[in-house]
Amino acid sequence: MPTVAFTSALHRFLPAPAMVVAGPTVGQALASVFAERPMLRGYLLDDQGALRRHVVLYVNGQAAAGLADPVGPADEIYVFQALTGG
Amino acid sequence: MTDRLHVGTRKGLFELSRRGGGWAVTGTHFLGDPVSAVLALEDGAVLAALDLGHFGARLWRREPDGAWGEVAAPCFPPKPDDAGDDPHPWTLGKIWALEPGGVPGRVWAGTMPGGLFRSDDGGRTWALNTPLWCMPDRRQWTGVAGGEQPALHSVLVDPRDPAAIRIGVSTAGVWASNDTGASWRLINRGMYAEYMPPELREDPIVQDVHRLAHCAARPEVVWCQHHNGTFRSTDGGATWHELTAIRPSKFGFAVAAHPCDPDTAWFAPAVKDERRIPVDGKLVVARTHDGGASFEVLSRGLPQQHAYDLVWRHALAVDATGARLALGSTSGGLWLSEDGGGTWTMPDARLPPIAVARFAD
Repeated sequence: MPTVAFTSALHRFLPAPAMVVAGPTVGQALASVFAERPMLRGYLLDDQGALRRHVVLYVNGQAAAGLADPVGPADEIYVFQALTGG
Repeated sequence: MTDRLHVGTRKGLFELSRRGGGWAVTGTHFLGDPVSAVLALEDGAVLAALDLGHFGARLWRREPDGAWGEVAAPCFPPKPDDAGDDPHPWTLGKIWALEPGGVPGRVWAGTMPGGLFRSDDGGRTWALNTPLWCMPDRRQWTGVAGGEQPALHSVLVDPRDPAAIRIGVSTAGVWASNDTGASWRLINRGMYAEYMPPELREDPIVQDVHRLAHCAARPEVVWCQHHNGTFRSTDGGATWHELTAIRPSKFGFAVAAHPCDPDTAWFAPAVKDERRIPVDGKLVVARTHDGGASFEVLSRGLPQQHAYDLVWRHALAVDATGARLALGSTSGGLWLSEDGGGTWTMPDARLPPIAVARFAD
């Protein structure tokens, strides 16, 4: 099952440990995370389930095209965001 | 009088208390994070809305014992297929207003992109007011208030009847419900938008209402800081009369209404439109005691040279007595008055830009 790891920037607001979850796509793997940690969902997705504009997903070090990207059991999804401004 | 003040800023929530004749910061929360709205509830709890940008709008609640915990923020329902032409997103942009609903546990939240949400459990869970959101006329609302989306910034609940609600939207005028939000109607007449084409100038729905405030003891008296003027209504926001005596300018964002005296209100005038700075670099408050027929310009204790402080729409507060006021600015200036605005003092704090100042009445 893929692993999902999160930027440390999230840890200021809520626990976001790396998790091994079921899911054949990035979006479904995240859905498995949210099933266990529902408060995380709003930090990463908007009300309509779209990835927030400044949240970026990588799969095995490569930028993911979107939530529909397929993932395999050995893949690692990394969720981070670009901090900007002052 | 209220001895506790909450100040929501670009970099956190600050709690001030009155001690020994002066005000001091006695609590800091969410340091580094933008706070867009705050409300002290009747049971001693506090709601604080964060505008995290990257991570969206979030809502936290402090229990009466002082412990903060995140609660579910208002959330729009899935956008139906037949709403594809809706010009506004069905996703929460910012919590712009939090107001008590007049019955235990009830809170209203005004948001960008113009959604009104209701909680009946002290802010722990929320439901979108669908009669307002699904009204065809909402698609005519426009977004010019601090963003590209309509901003529902003012929610006035009649203290005598919690079913009677008035909301102010930038830009969509003043809307009223007398059935706790089951139905809504656009009510404002008498405002004008001087920048609009002549045929639309007096159209109620194009009026850029910057802020509404009513007199708690006489809630039919409503004050408005509008984009191009100050207005007053004596019939609950249905008809409006411009207050042409306002000085030193008629532009601004904030208004505060005296809770007991329907003839007294305060505004924070600035140079209009694009510049948005105090007139002549002097920060002042305009006060009327006669229903807006005349205004005093109050400046004692406020910076009178090279002051470029703008007062945003939720950053001018009055307490439940009408004697104590707070004024917060985009430069992080915070001033308090104990005499209805006659004199102002500044606590020993240099704060981040202030979005909201509010007494914990």
